Amino acid sequence: MGRVKDFKLLGKKGPGRKARKQGDPTIPAALREDKKIDKVKKKLGGRIRQRTKKRLLNLAVAASTRVTKTKSKSKKDSAGETTSESEHEEGRDDDEMEVIPQPSVSDDEDDSIGEEADDFCSDDEELVELPIEKKSRKRDKKLKKEKEESKKEFTQQMAGHEVFELPDIESISNEPQDLPTVSQRLREVLHVLANFKDLREPGRKRKEYVTLLEHDLKVYYGYNEYLIDKIIQLIPHSELLEFLDACETPRPVTIRTNTLKTRRRDLAGALISRGVNLDPIGDWSKVGLVIYDSQVPIGATPEYLSGKYMMQGASSLLPVMALAPQVNERILDMCAAPGGKATYIAALMKNTGLLVCNDYKKERCKSLIANIYRMGVQNTIVCNYDGRKFTKVMSGFDRILLDAPCSGTGVIAKDQSVKTSKSEVAIERCSHMQKELILEAIDALNASSSTGGYLVYSTCSVLVEENEGVIDYALSRRNVKVVDTGLNFGVSGFTRFREKRFHPSLSLTKRFYPHTHNMDGFFVAKLKKFPQKSTIVGSKQQPAEEEEKEEDEET
Amino acid sequence: MRPLTEEETKVVLGKLSKYIGDNVKLLVDRPDGSYVFRLHKNRVFYVKEQIMRWATNVARKQMLSLGTCIGKFTHGGKFHLVITALDILAPHAKHKVWLKANSEQQFLYGHNVLKGGLGRITENTPTYQGVLVYSMNDTPLGFGVAAKSTQDCRHIDPGTTVVFNQADIGQYLRSEDQLS
Repeated sequence: MGRVKDFKLLGKKGPGRKARKQGDPTIPAALREDKKIDKVKKKLGGRIRQRTKKRLLNLAVAASTRVTKTKSKSKKDSAGETTSESEHEEGRDDDEMEVIPQPSVSDDEDDSIGEEADDFCSDDEELVELPIEKKSRKRDKKLKKEKEESKKEFTQQMAGHEVFELPDIESISNEPQDLPTVSQRLREVLHVLANFKDLREPGRKRKEYVTLLEHDLKVYYGYNEYLIDKIIQLIPHSELLEFLDACETPRPVTIRTNTLKTRRRDLAGALISRGVNLDPIGDWSKVGLVIYDSQVPIGATPEYLSGKYMMQGASSLLPVMALAPQVNERILDMCAAPGGKATYIAALMKNTGLLVCNDYKKERCKSLIANIYRMGVQNTIVCNYDGRKFTKVMSGFDRILLDAPCSGTGVIAKDQSVKTSKSEVAIERCSHMQKELILEAIDALNASSSTGGYLVYSTCSVLVEENEGVIDYALSRRNVKVVDTGLNFGVSGFTRFREKRFHPSLSLTKRFYPHTHNMDGFFVAKLKKFPQKSTIVGSKQQPAEEEEKEEDEET
Repeated sequence: MRPLTEEETKVVLGKLSKYIGDNVKLLVDRPDGSYVFRLHKNRVFYVKEQIMRWATNVARKQMLSLGTCIGKFTHGGKFHLVITALDILAPHAKHKVWLKANSEQQFLYGHNVLKGGLGRITENTPTYQGVLVYSMNDTPLGFGVAAKSTQDCRHIDPGTTVVFNQADIGQYLRSEDQLS
């Protein structure tokens, strides 16, 4: 219970909620006199009045000599003066009447007897009011200046920067690095680069900014110089920090339902009853699930052990979806370990036809075989060959998946050592091997297959050398064509990159980035092989080409 | 890779029949194409004939697996079934044991099944009969040998072993290396 107030005793506090209050009336200038007086009275403080009094006294003494000279002129003026300004001043005058004019009055009286009171006042005004006028003018000026300054500051703040001064790179690289300052500097440099024309420090070149950016990113994220350079070239500046941040954080855990053994709905139900928090991966996959958190280890539940699902990244579903395996086909997975994609292929084939899983590394084949058995796949042959010589073993496949070994620049979140271990030589080596593999894979394809003749090339790298470069090479060497991957999201591949120009059909390939698609950085390209003899582009490679052809025919 | 000799075939089929009885015939004569047993590096693979023919292209050294591995011959000439045979045995099983949810995990760690964890058991299972072990929602978990017959199971105390563990799907994690 609260205290009960007698509201009648309190009386009325305000105008009431519904009482409409009328604004102050606007009084025309001619009628404003009294009001003005009041206002001005309030405005002036005691100190000001004192000071003006003093000053006026001084001035009055000085002015008394001038009075006679100016008098006639002032008379003329005052006769015509009916402007609001003069009235304003008059008002002020009134205010200080009692104190100010005493000495001057006595002076005036001597000179001019029988003058109008107004005239007298206005006369006095012109001389006496000057300092106040001056002061108010000064004050106005000052206010205006302040206002302008604040406005300028505001616009600068809105723009989010002050002009960033580019520090000397050599001095920076010698100093010990402080991460917060480096991060701050990074943002500023990126901001300048985003609108270089307007925001740069005059006389500085773009290259200087980029060098600083490169240096800071290297320090802040711990990349080596070569890789960070490549990334800066590849990713637009506006997305650079997002990309690198995404490379620091792990991607969500995803699983794939094994459709040979169960359905996604049943699996989700079983896992939820074990205390796993999950969701479908998205519209694009009917078998994927995202795990948010789990009370049990996801890699050791009875469901996992009985092969109902496979833990694999969302990105590794994509090449298999692009490959679109059909039942009763002969399919080759050239670099199969650890079997995530291979078992997905087998599931799509419904355990029919033939799936050959090959991997170069024998140790990796162990996990491949374990996964194949666990998932209940029975149509496989697992072998351990060098993929670059695979046509000597078997060829004539309907479809081939080549998930080429790569530098792993798309999966830095999984393996941080990529940041420092990759050099130009390593990338070139990768790229070279990928070119050998893709040619071998194309040779192993059966071009006249009724259902297929497709090759899907994928890497978990984002570098152009390992992706578009390899496909472009294959296009120039073999009778293949890039076809649509059938994936309705992702970024199209590059058709031009810096000084390189690729075949225009490379826009049909797909790229996936960690920061935009929340999956590992990935590249998928689908090629179709054609039966007729290839048209040889480079005359230089002609003999080698023919040799390879001959080998094919032998096998 | 070679076909099994007559003696080896006898051993293998004998072993399989311990678990699936007469259904062994169904393994050999299948309506969906002919399947064969092949021996490769002491391991016995059960594979579709067509796939086996394609696999002849692969050299012995590089061949690691084909079809399904069902077991291996020891140096002494005995035949051991391995866990990967579960997919072949499970559909044809004659005698089954179902486990309660709380003893599932115990079995997957390689332990024997105790009476307390036993959910259901097929009628008339004799002692030392090969049995398939399932979870209550009919997921095959492994196989073993019945330590007690169904009749005995009714009267024993909960701590007694009912099924000896021979293979369980936990081996996919525990002994991944030994699968191939």
